[in-house]
Amino acid sequence: MTRVQLLVGTKKGAFIFESDPARTEWSQRGPLCEGWPVHDLIVEPDTGAILAAAGSEWYGPAVWRSADGGTTWTHSSAGLTYGDEADAIKTVWSLATTPDGGVLAGVEPAGLFRSDDRGANWRHVEALTAHPTRPTWEPGAGGLILHTIVPHPTDTERTWIGISAVGVFETRDGGASWEPRNVGVRAEFNPENRFPVTGQCVHKFAMAAGQPETLYQRNHCGVYRSDDGSETWQEVTGDLPSDFGFPLVAHPRDPDTCWLIPLNGADLGRYVPDAQAAVWRTHDRGASWIRAGAGLPQKNAYLSVLREAMARDTLDPVGITFGTANGQLWNSSDEGLTWRMITDTLPEIWAVEANVLED
Amino acid sequence: MAAVLLPRSLLALFPGVGKRHDVPGATVGALIDSLDTTVPGMRDRLVEAGPRLRRHINVFVDGEPATLESAVSAASVVHIIPAVSGGAR
Repeated sequence: MTRVQLLVGTKKGAFIFESDPARTEWSQRGPLCEGWPVHDLIVEPDTGAILAAAGSEWYGPAVWRSADGGTTWTHSSAGLTYGDEADAIKTVWSLATTPDGGVLAGVEPAGLFRSDDRGANWRHVEALTAHPTRPTWEPGAGGLILHTIVPHPTDTERTWIGISAVGVFETRDGGASWEPRNVGVRAEFNPENRFPVTGQCVHKFAMAAGQPETLYQRNHCGVYRSDDGSETWQEVTGDLPSDFGFPLVAHPRDPDTCWLIPLNGADLGRYVPDAQAAVWRTHDRGASWIRAGAGLPQKNAYLSVLREAMARDTLDPVGITFGTANGQLWNSSDEGLTWRMITDTLPEIWAVEANVLED
Repeated sequence: MAAVLLPRSLLALFPGVGKRHDVPGATVGALIDSLDTTVPGMRDRLVEAGPRLRRHINVFVDGEPATLESAVSAASVVHIIPAVSGGAR
């Protein structure tokens, strides 16, 4: 039997929703992780275990792990430290698994950690925070956070990460060295230099299906695509209603398709343009964008969607889910054409992950 | 052996662990280190880089506010309490 599972991270714990492939009726469990703020959730592909990136104001950062589908959890921050002489780590912001069985964690203040024992112990990937540009790194509104990790699907030496408001970096030697990858990306908030080496406010990026050299980037200042493994980016904001927003997800099979949710502007309230909710998609690598608002509120919708709060499943047709800062969870089972609300009573939603289970 | 009393929200992170622990140590930091040997991971929940007590963790030794360096005696009662200030997020 096939089930679709949505893992939802909120300001007050994680929640799990499940449906059959129709994706019209959803069960709900939670809050999990003892109500800790959860920034990201992933599933280990080889074990099915759920990992949650979290940080408690009282008890600090931790990666939570459940090997039984979210019923019981352990947590660890062993090794999640820059040392006693450096800044304390506030929270874990992002997680990703690597093709060789490792787990990567991005934290605040920005840095990268790796675990080779399923999240029980962590070691600092020091070369990134030792980068010569580190003294110039400045936080975005959400803090100095490493929020996006994209490992190459087959080449264990290559990984991309995103830091706000610093930009994209890539390693091609397993983390021993890192290079900024921001050529062509605007930094409109830096009038002295609109195209610096670092200092861009990347919000999210994703790899095109089956094309590891193609990346789509949602930035504070526009939308971009790279066709050369992030060495250069070209702007594809085109006819989107604004150049601001947070999430972006790529199609699981079609490298030309991705979805995003524009917000009106960084300094205009950060809600959907004209208070009319819509998800936009491209089917031609960003050359053109198509609006879809059917089922979503089209007036008085002061909705905001944060960077990790959108996900797609792998069914055909693809399901898209997003969560809002005011606790609404919306799903489309037809690749983003029409939308249904799952619930509107969650805490502030920070993360959504979609997972297809075969029993 | 000082008596260390743990708060409800911390106990929830370590299923099966009791509220009161009689542990050896001459300072608050040493008590927490002792506690970590019987409850692995406990120190990380209370202590951050520095090392210092996490910002929103309050410790009282016999009713007096304490730090990791504060002295304790075998007769001391140590309360660990999540601060009111930690609920902002």
